[in-house]
Amino acid sequence: MLAFVIRRLAQAFFVVVAMVVLVFFGTYVIGDPVWMMVPGDATQEQVEEVRRTFGFDQPVYMQFLTFLGDVLRGEFGRSYVHGSSAIGLILDRMPATLELALAALVLAIVIGLPLGLFAGLKPDHPASRGIMAVSILGFSLPTFWVGLMLIMLFSVMLGWLPATGRGPTMVILGIETSLFSLEGWRHLFLPALNLALLKISLVIRLTRSGAREASLQDYVKFARAKGLSPRRIIGVHILKNIMIPIVTVLGLEFGSLVAFSVVTETIFAWPGMGKLLLEAIQRLDRPLIVGYVMVVVLLFVTINLIVDILYSALDPRVRLTGSQS
Amino acid sequence: MAEPVLAVDNLATHFFTRDGVVKSVDGVSFTVAPGEVLGLVGESGSGKSVTGFSIMGLIDPPGRIVSGSIRLKGEELVGRTEAEMRAVRGRSLAMIFQDPMMTLNPVLRIDTQMMEAVQAHEKVSDKAARDRAVQALAQVGIPSPEERLSAYPHQFSGGMRQRVAIAIALIHRPALIIADEPTTALDVTIQSQILAEVQKLCAESGTALVWITHDLAVVAGLADRVAVMYAGRIVEQGLVDHVLDRPLHPYTHGLIGSVPGEAMPGKRLMQIPGSTPSLGRLPPGCAFEPRCSRAVETCRAGAPPLAQGSQGRAYRCINPVPAEEAA
Repeated sequence: MLAFVIRRLAQAFFVVVAMVVLVFFGTYVIGDPVWMMVPGDATQEQVEEVRRTFGFDQPVYMQFLTFLGDVLRGEFGRSYVHGSSAIGLILDRMPATLELALAALVLAIVIGLPLGLFAGLKPDHPASRGIMAVSILGFSLPTFWVGLMLIMLFSVMLGWLPATGRGPTMVILGIETSLFSLEGWRHLFLPALNLALLKISLVIRLTRSGAREASLQDYVKFARAKGLSPRRIIGVHILKNIMIPIVTVLGLEFGSLVAFSVVTETIFAWPGMGKLLLEAIQRLDRPLIVGYVMVVVLLFVTINLIVDILYSALDPRVRLTGSQS
Repeated sequence: MAEPVLAVDNLATHFFTRDGVVKSVDGVSFTVAPGEVLGLVGESGSGKSVTGFSIMGLIDPPGRIVSGSIRLKGEELVGRTEAEMRAVRGRSLAMIFQDPMMTLNPVLRIDTQMMEAVQAHEKVSDKAARDRAVQALAQVGIPSPEERLSAYPHQFSGGMRQRVAIAIALIHRPALIIADEPTTALDVTIQSQILAEVQKLCAESGTALVWITHDLAVVAGLADRVAVMYAGRIVEQGLVDHVLDRPLHPYTHGLIGSVPGEAMPGKRLMQIPGSTPSLGRLPPGCAFEPRCSRAVETCRAGAPPLAQGSQGRAYRCINPVPAEEAA
C-alpha cells in the first residue's frame, strides 16, 4: 500500500514536469505577452524596458531555466497582469471552484443514482423510458445554452434564484466558503446544477447499466432465495457491486468538473479558477497559465490516487501493490 | 407414506418470449416425502432448473407459472404474493445453485452474507447471528470457521464456497432444499466430498432434497427416487433402483446406456440420436418421438398418457422398453 502510494507520487512528479514543459513552451509559441502589457502608444524603448524587466529578452531556454530555478526556490512566478504570485492567485480562487465542483458532484450522485437505479431495476416502466430520454438531453445539450436557459427561467422569469456571483462568503478554517449560508446556497444552486447536468446523465446511464447487469447475477438470485428483502438486495448486494464503476468514473469526472468549470463560471460570473484561466489565456499571462496547469494536474493525480484507494475498499479482490500487475 | 413435504401437481411454467411461448415446464407432477432425496434428471433445457425455480417462486418475467399447484407441507405456494414467498424462502425452503463462484456476492464478506440469512427470518442480535454462522460453517466442515467468517468469497476455493452456500441453505433447518446441479462445477474429488456431506447433513436434520442433475452416477449414489425430465415433462419416475435397473422409457434407457461405465470396453457406446427439441416448437405427439428408436405410428398422434406402476412408478410411453432389452 505504501509502496503503491510512493510509486504513484513519483509518477505524478513526472506528469507535472512534462505538463509544465509543454505548457511553458506552448505559451511561448502563441505570442509575445509584452504587447498585452504596454499601452498601445508605447515607444520602442518602453517596450524594450518591459522586456528586460520580465526577462523576455533572454532566449527561451534561459527563460525556462530561470523559471525552473524559481520553482526550486518555491517561487512559481508572478502574474504579468496582477503582479502578485500566480499560485497565490490560483489558490485564492480555488475554493470557489472546488465548492462549485463538489456541489455539482453531490447533485450528480443524489439525482443520478436513484434515477439510474430505478431505470435499471424496472427497465420497462414508462418512467424509466422517460428518465433515459431526459438523460440523452443531458448529454447532448450544450452547457452554456442550458446555463442561459436556467438563468432565464429561474432568475429572470420566476425570480427565484440569483443569476450571478457567489453571494456572501464566510471564512471557515481559513477557507472562504458560501456553503454555510442560505444566500450562499441560493447562489450556488444554479451554477452547480448547470455543471452537474452532464454528470447526472452519466451517473444515470452508468447506474442503470450496472443495475441491469447485477440484477441478473446468480448472487442476486441466491440472495432472493435466502428470503432477503428487496431493500437489502438492492441497497447492499446490487449497490455495492455497481459502486465500483461509478466511483471510478465520478473520480475522474470530478477532475474534469474542476478543469472545465470554465464555461459555467463564465456564464454565472462565478469567481473561480476557470474564469481566472480564461483571462490569463486572453492576456498570455504565462505564469498564471503554467501555475493553473500544475494545480490541475496535481488535483487529477490526487483524485486518481483517492479513487484507487476507494476501489480497494469497495472491491476486496483489488489489492494495491507497488508492482505492476 | 407420510404426508409429503412437497407436492407438485401438474405444474406448468411458460416463458412468453417474442418468438412465442416456450413451455419450459408443462404438466410436471411429483412428490417428495420428508427426508427423502429426489433426483431430478434431464439434459440441458429439459426444464429441470425451471422446475426448481418455480418451486422457489423465483421465476421472473417473461416467465410465469401458468397452472398447477405446488404445496409445501400442505400449504399452497402458487399464487402467493412476493412478500409471502419471501417468508418461506430461506426458512422452510432453501436452494443451492450450480456455480459456487457466482452465488456468493464477491464484494461482501462471508459473515455479512451468512448473518443476513439468519436475520432475514429471525429477529436476533448481530452476535447471535454470528454465532449461528460460526456453527453452520463448522457443520459443513470448514476449518477454523471463526477466522474464515471474515474472509471474502474470492479467498475460498470452489468447494469451500459451495460448502458456505450449503451452510447458508441449512441455517434455518428447512424442510426442503432444492439443489440445482451443485456439484457440476466442482472437480470429482470435491464433488464426492460435498455429496457425502449433504447426504449426512440432510439425514441429520430431516431435510428433504430435490437434487437437480444430469449426472446419473450422482443420482445412483444419492437419491431415493428419481424423476427423468425431457422437454418440460417428467417421462419416467420411480425408486432409483427400479428406474436405473429396468428403465421403461426409451429416453431413460438411452441415458443409462450412454454412461461409459456400463459399456463393454472397446464396444461402441450407445447414443441417443439427434438433440433436444426447441421448447417453442414441440412435435404434437410424444416430444421424444423423433429421436426414439421404438417409435410407432401412434406416438405422433398425441402426448402419451401417464402409465402408473407399483411403488410410485410412472412413465409416459406407449411402447416401453421390454424387460429383456433393459437388462
